[in-house]
Formats: sequence, C-alpha cells, structure tokens
Amino acid sequence: MSSSTSFATPKFEVKSHALLRSTATKIAVENLDFFYGKTQALRDISIEIPERQVMAFIGPSGCGKTTFLRTLNRMNDVIPGTRVEGNVTIDGADIYATGADVVELRRKVGMVFQKSNPFPKSIFDNVAYGLKINRVTSSRSELEGRVEEALKDAALWSEVKDRLKTSALGLSGGQQQRLCIARALAIRPEVILMDEPASALDPIATSKIEELIFDLKKQYTIVIVTHNMQQAARVSDLTAFFLLGKLIEVNSTEKMFTAPNQKLTEDYITGRFG
Amino acid sequence: MVASLSPHPKGEGKGSRGIISALSRRLSPTGNTGDAIFRTALFSVALLVVLIVAGMIVALASHSTQSIRQFGFSFLTGREWDPIKGQFGALAFVYGTIVSSLIALLISVPLSLGIAIFLVEQAPRYLARPITFLVELLAAIPSVVYGLWGIFVLAPFLRVHVEPHLARWFGWVPLFQGPITGIGLLTGGVILAIMVTPIISAVVRDVLAAVPNTQREAALALGATKWETTFVVLVNGAPGITGAVILGLGRAIGETMAVTMVIGNRPQISASLFQPSYTLASVIANEFTEATADIYLSSLIELGLILFLVTFVVNAIARLMVWRVTRRTAGAM
Repeated sequence: MSSSTSFATPKFEVKSHALLRSTATKIAVENLDFFYGKTQALRDISIEIPERQVMAFIGPSGCGKTTFLRTLNRMNDVIPGTRVEGNVTIDGADIYATGADVVELRRKVGMVFQKSNPFPKSIFDNVAYGLKINRVTSSRSELEGRVEEALKDAALWSEVKDRLKTSALGLSGGQQQRLCIARALAIRPEVILMDEPASALDPIATSKIEELIFDLKKQYTIVIVTHNMQQAARVSDLTAFFLLGKLIEVNSTEKMFTAPNQKLTEDYITGRFG
Repeated sequence: MVASLSPHPKGEGKGSRGIISALSRRLSPTGNTGDAIFRTALFSVALLVVLIVAGMIVALASHSTQSIRQFGFSFLTGREWDPIKGQFGALAFVYGTIVSSLIALLISVPLSLGIAIFLVEQAPRYLARPITFLVELLAAIPSVVYGLWGIFVLAPFLRVHVEPHLARWFGWVPLFQGPITGIGLLTGGVILAIMVTPIISAVVRDVLAAVPNTQREAALALGATKWETTFVVLVNGAPGITGAVILGLGRAIGETMAVTMVIGNRPQISASLFQPSYTLASVIANEFTEATADIYLSSLIELGLILFLVTFVVNAIARLMVWRVTRRTAGAM
C-alpha cells in the first residue's frame, strides 16, 4: 500500500452539494457474511449505498473490498465453493432471493474490472455486445446510435470514431478501459461497480477515468474499489473503510479524510499500516 | 500491453534466416567455447529433423519418378487402378481418403466441442478429471484394436441399426442408396470419428481453458447467459479450435489400420456411403508386398508422396492456427 502520508486536496469541490442531492438508498446490505469454502472473507457487513453518488471502498489488500463489490452483482456466484449469508437488496428487491433473475440483475448493475477485458472483436462490436445479447435495440440505426452514445459518455468517441471496425485489442490500455466502461454504459445500467478501474493505467489515463466517474454520477450510482486513497478522496462522495473482512467505518469522504470517527480508519489513512 | 508483446512473435522469425548467417552470428554470443560447442550440437540435432523430412520427400519423389513420368498429372485424375493391365490412377484413393476424413470430422467436431465445453465450462472438478483421463485413454488405444472392434461390433451395429434407417428416411439422397453391408465408407468414417475425437477434444479443451477468465466475467457482467458466455469463449478460441480440427483431419487422413479393416478396400468412386471404398494409406499397406512390377511399386510410392504432401500441408496449417491463437490470447492478457 501507499506509504505516503500526505494527501492532495480533493480536486473537485463537490462534497457539500453532493450530499444535498438525492439520498434515497439504492443498495441496502444487512448482516452480510461471505465464505470461500471454509474461509470467511466478509463478516457481518451492513451498509446503505445512496442513489447517484460515488461510494469508494478503501482498505488494505485482502480486506474483502473486491469480494464485497462482487457480491453486489452476484459475480462471486461463478467461483465454486462460495457462500453468502445475509441480505442484499437493490431498490428494495432481494437479489439473493430464490428465483431472483441474475441475468436481469447484472443488466441493472454493470461492472468494470481491474484489468481491462475487451472482447477480441471490433470496437463497435464490443460496445454493441450487451445491446445484442439483451435484445435492447430493434434496428441497426438504433444500435449504432446507442453505441455512439455510450462511447461519447465514456469520453472515447472522438478517439475511435474513425476506426470502429478495427480490433479493440489495438487500443491503448487507457482506451481499452474506457471502452469497457462504454460497453457497460451501453445497456444503461443503474449501478456501476468499478474494481480498481485505474490501477493498471498511467496518470493521464487515470485522470481521464476519474473525470469520467465524476460525470457519470449524474446518472448512475457508482461504487468504486480503490487502492489509491488520493483517488478515493478525489472522486467519491462517500467512503467505506474495510479491514480484515469487516466494515470499519462509512462516512462522507470529506469527514473520512479529515476527522474519521474510528481510530483504525485514521491509522490507515495516515499510513500507519496497510 | 498488446503492443508491448509484439516483439515476441518477431523473435520467432529468426529461424527463417539463412543457415550461414545463423551459424556465424549465433555461435558464440558469450565468447565462450563451451557455449559454442553446445549451440552447434543443438543446432545439428535440430537440423537432423529438417534433413529427415527433406530426405523423405526426395526418396518418395525419386522412387516414384517412373510412374510420374509415365502417367504425369493423369495419375491424380485417373480412376482406374488395375495392376494386371498396368493402369494406375489415384483418384479413387484420394476420394476415399477425403470422404472418409470428412465424415469423421462431421461427426467428431460437434462431439469434441461438446466434450471440451462440458469439461471446461460446466463439469465440476470431480467429474472433469476422470472424464479427461478417459478421453485421453481413448487416444492411446492401438488402431488395430479399433479395427477389430470395428469389424466385430461397429460394422454389424451400423448394418442392423443405423444404415437401414438412413436408407429409409434419407434414401432419396444418393449418399444413402444401394446395398447395405456394414462395410464401406460410412463405417470407415465413423471409426475414424471415434479415433480423432480424443485428439480434437483434448486440444479444444486446452484452447478453451487458456481463454482468460476475465473474458467470461466480461460477458456475465453484461447480463450474458451461460450459453452466451460460452459463445464468447468459443469466439476467443476460434483460431485454436480450427487448429484442433485440422490436427484431427491430419490424423484421419493418415490413419491406416482401422480404416483398412472396415472400409472394404475396393478402388471405386460411388455416391453411396454404404459402398466399399479405399484410402491412400490402406492401399499402400495392403498392396506393398505384392507389388512385383516396377511401375506398380512406383505408383504405390507416388500414392505415398501424395499422402505425405497432404498431411504435411494440413499439419502446417494447424501449426499456424495454434500459433495465432497463443499469440493472441497472450496479447489479450
């Protein structure tokens, strides 16, 4: 983890009015436990994630923040031997209820991964993929419109509009990651989960992603896992601190980085461990 | 990431440089004599493989000059194979080889894809391991055993339970007309299918397992179903799967013993799959000992040359495909 103890002042002065905006709860988690086989990775997590704000998860490696993020769109289901206890509701509906539609859930809760993972297809086909499998669009022109819109929202359109038919694997790392964001945006999810989306990117590409997150929260509820505390301070309205599978503290980002309630949080943020 | 990996494939291209430049440039990069000897020794061993292959082509070509001169290109187009009259044409064998191999692929490709997809995408580990083992075991059974099984089990089974139904329901297609004996192209193709399925499914399994998990997660996170996710994995593995199929085709083309035992060994071109046929490999194995006339022997060796070239080309294509997929999956990570 970063050993630096100093923090850049948050780049965007948004915290105060951000909290004044809608504070309706989008995702509510109650007493969540999570197990990989016999190992318990998450212990009794309860948290409410408000609509149209950015919540950052911070904590040292292995603290469970990524695992927790992946419980929100049931991505851990694909790992054999995992088990969830407790409640996760999105818009009041229990996503782990028997008979809950996982495919529908993942349409509503998009995800961007740590390592950009475009399909070995053209740029256009990458963004169109979600629209096609979910049969969202009825005509070619509508499909093209949605792809363009998603690429614009992901601030990638101007860079790729002349080469939509070329392979996505020819893009730079930062462009690939924005393409993955565009791909997630195309199906118009309500929540976007981001698992360290900028960890493999250079500072310029990182700042582009951060600006993008800032823009996206007007429409989307965003949950971002990050190792980089400066990044959490810059992009998020709320911050949650995880340690050893437990949620230690949730607070407004401003409060978290200036006067946290918990001693552990303060120790972590000031670089005393982690 | 993708761009940074591109020097790697270029590095492999070094082998295509001239032998002289390879020797003069690479002999002692460290200036150490031991290294130089070591390198020369390794280079000689590698060269040996090239020499063996080249030697085989030369030997086959030189021993078949008589028939090449006498029949020329018409050897390939001639249908008649009559040692007594001294008439030799390869077309019936080429036809038998190609059609039996195609039948084999038609059956084994969907089967192998199914097995590989099940093993990689669906099966729990306690099931995947023993099935993988059994599939690989199938590849280790000697082909003469497949042949015996073909004669005593498969041929009667097809004759009684499969071919009559094919004739009844699809008899309007010339492929399924004529007398039913259980010995013929169809049986040859089916036994080949059983023999190449372990090879194709093992390679496809490796190709699918090499597809990064991030691709599956990308699809799932966009609301893909299990089947749609599997399709993404197949798209990722497409070049490698093609390579696997061509590898299986190479095996089917060259397979001798089992096919010889069930295909009927009659050099004819018939539309019906129930009719006996003959393959390049079978005719060489069967008639080599009785070829007394020079032109007969020369013609058989020319058949060998054709077979060699066909398998050589098919294998080269397979290598190219597999190389492409490994380069690309490395790039995607």
